[in-house]
Amino acid sequence: MPSLDNIFGIHATALKLREQRMAILGSNIANASTPGYKARDIEFPQALQLAESGQSPEAAMRYRVPVQPSLDGNTVELATEQTAFAANALAYRSSLSFLQGRIGTLSRALKGE
Amino acid sequence: MANGMSIFEISGRAMAAQLVRMNTSASNLANAGTVSGSEDTAFRAMKPVFRTVMGEAGRATVQVDRIDTSTAKPVKRHDPNHPLADQDGNIWEAAVDSTAEMVEMLEISRQYQNNVQVLATAKGLISETLRLGQ
Repeated sequence: MPSLDNIFGIHATALKLREQRMAILGSNIANASTPGYKARDIEFPQALQLAESGQSPEAAMRYRVPVQPSLDGNTVELATEQTAFAANALAYRSSLSFLQGRIGTLSRALKGE
Repeated sequence: MANGMSIFEISGRAMAAQLVRMNTSASNLANAGTVSGSEDTAFRAMKPVFRTVMGEAGRATVQVDRIDTSTAKPVKRHDPNHPLADQDGNIWEAAVDSTAEMVEMLEISRQYQNNVQVLATAKGLISETLRLGQ
């Protein structure tokens, strides 16, 4: 029988990481016109592994390699960041629906419907 | 969201910074074409300089560090009939590149919209999370 902590499986950790990544990508978009700002992102699969084993996911943080760096040293490329942000939001939503499904299953089992 | 900046703070402060940039751009455009009786008093374009404010865990927002004045020289024009002309008959036109300012305004508007979009998405996802299990 699974312990109560494992009911949500990987999705609880994933949701938290997706929220962190959303903030990082949001920071990149916020700094799109700051001279010298270096865009960052987390390597999601590695961050998830680290978080699952109880380590800090910050070790999976990487600087973005720009396609074409600008003269003021800023490495934010809006197209890249916006697509990454959209994909991340979609992944967040899918984690949410997995959680929703699990909660639904559990509550149906508890009510005995 | 417990550690330091929330996504609302990140995008909110970025929007505020873009608004400062929009204001300086607007005053540059408003002063384009103004003339002055000396080179020192002629209007020079202003430009805000942004600075990153680092938070924890890769979070970073932006703030206006300072507002610089353009190094472009006001354009001297010989117009002895102008009421502001000095004894040599010269007037100085404001050092504003209107085309560059219009392009700047377009960029500001797009970047402001990007931050609004980030906020809207984050807000939507958080309210969905709040409704989890209902």
